[in-house]
Amino acid sequence: MFIKSYCHIKNNAILLNGELIFKGQQEHSFKEFIKLAYKDLETDYSKFFKMDNLSKLAFLGADVLLKQENVEPENEENIALVFSNNASSLDTDRKYQKSIEDNNNFYPSPAVFVYTLPNICMGEISIKHKLYSENSFFIFENFNPEYLYAYSEGLIKENKAEKVLCGWVNVDKEEYTAFLYLVTKEKGIMPHTIKEINSRF
Amino acid sequence: MHKIYLSHNNIISSYGFDSKSAVENIKDEVTSLRLVKDKSLMPDPFFTSLINKEKLDKEFKNLSSKSSYTTLEKMMLLSLSKIISKSNITITERTGLIVSTTKGNIDALELNSPHKKEKAYLSELSKVIQAYFGFVKEPIVLSNACVSGVLATSIAKRLIAQDVFDNVFIVSGDLVTKFIISGFNSFQALSNEPCRPYSKNRSGINIGEVAASILVTKDQENLALEAVEILGDGTANDANHISGPSRTGEGLVRSVNSALKEANITASEIDYISAHGTATIFNDEMEAIAFDRLKMNKTPLNSLKGYFGHTLGASGLLETIVGMHSMQQNTLFASLGFDEIGVSKTINIIKNSAPEDLNIFLKTASGFGGCNTAAIFKKVID
Repeated sequence: MFIKSYCHIKNNAILLNGELIFKGQQEHSFKEFIKLAYKDLETDYSKFFKMDNLSKLAFLGADVLLKQENVEPENEENIALVFSNNASSLDTDRKYQKSIEDNNNFYPSPAVFVYTLPNICMGEISIKHKLYSENSFFIFENFNPEYLYAYSEGLIKENKAEKVLCGWVNVDKEEYTAFLYLVTKEKGIMPHTIKEINSRF
Repeated sequence: MHKIYLSHNNIISSYGFDSKSAVENIKDEVTSLRLVKDKSLMPDPFFTSLINKEKLDKEFKNLSSKSSYTTLEKMMLLSLSKIISKSNITITERTGLIVSTTKGNIDALELNSPHKKEKAYLSELSKVIQAYFGFVKEPIVLSNACVSGVLATSIAKRLIAQDVFDNVFIVSGDLVTKFIISGFNSFQALSNEPCRPYSKNRSGINIGEVAASILVTKDQENLALEAVEILGDGTANDANHISGPSRTGEGLVRSVNSALKEANITASEIDYISAHGTATIFNDEMEAIAFDRLKMNKTPLNSLKGYFGHTLGASGLLETIVGMHSMQQNTLFASLGFDEIGVSKTINIIKNSAPEDLNIFLKTASGFGGCNTAAIFKKVID
């Protein structure tokens, strides 16, 4: 199998197949950066603004890749999502925890609570791109391509998915990283191997 | 390709610390849900199923005298220790570990927690379990909302099929915490009585806590009496809404069809459905629509939420284990709390425990994020 294309979002920049497609300013916070990137990339999806940071990051990374691959909601494709990270949804968990800490200042919100699950970001991507496919979210201490490799190969071999959008999306305090890649049977820019995945991370 | 089995299993619940105590009570239609008054969890009394922490501490002393373990870690270690010893497996680099949880040690974020805030990282939880038993390879934590417990069995199966492992242990668990209770309450999803899945008078969900674990293996030797073969599985997203169930049951229908196709059987060959049935208005209606589309209207079906409440990341595995015992005993277990049908399509709710020849069952689960998972299991020992 092959890696068809890949995308990085880190250090306030977005790269597609290793080439810079958007650069924010170094001093920008994640929130400012991702909003500017959303505009610059002409994303046009108003639900973006209600998402939490992890969903914004994963959503934009997936959007860049799927646009490049001409994935249209009208032509249904079976693309599984297999994401991983270290901090799960802790960025939003901490925010939610603050809202329930003090009984005299108790304001739990369902709009925040729903994002206290890491797989919600895959739900957001599935809604936008009409992907009725498998979603799995794994947590590792560090990026662990061995499992991602075996699992996506398995999904394609067992005909559970035609392609797999795979990778790492992590948001923790002000730190964030996204590295997503599309695994396919058709010829891509590099073979799908643990070594290649690791070298692009 | 090798056949892959679910075998030795354990349930740590308020019924007791083994699968047997839970299964016997379920057979007798006895709930573990109680009205609990605990202002540290919720200002008003609420129905839940809580593990007796004194009993847990007492039993855990047989494993370790160290005091640094969290409640969830004790539950998970105790559960897993029981099946590792029963299975007689020596842990090597060919033995995997999957930890299925939605929130892990989320209570470590509380102001008065005796534990460090870092404990809230899910990889910290899996590291504790890895270290205790000496697993060689890094564990996988699966956090995929309420389908995690069933999906974990699919993932174990796939990793064995891909020859990454020969055996995979799954341990699942979530706690009843202020975090979870206040969240579901903010959705106005909590019921003020023991829940009534699929009923006309259902009024929402109860949340409960368990730890459950299982061995997934390709080895036919030393299987548990209630072992099952995984015939097929499927996971599909509704691509519709992040918190609201689909109006058409699309993802659930697709996940069941994917599992049936892999199992190479028709829907009519399923003897029993262990469904999700949270007892919220929209979830139960969505499931009824899906089972109607699948023409499974006559297949006996239950939800086990009336016994334990919704146990989140553990629920799918917990209910799979109970389903295995149900088949082994050739007994359909009652869908506790059911009164009168309250969904728009015909489904065959099991009203009382009853003997029935059972060979194949379907387990389904649905969760936030629009995810749905189905798995089909076949009895091994008749």
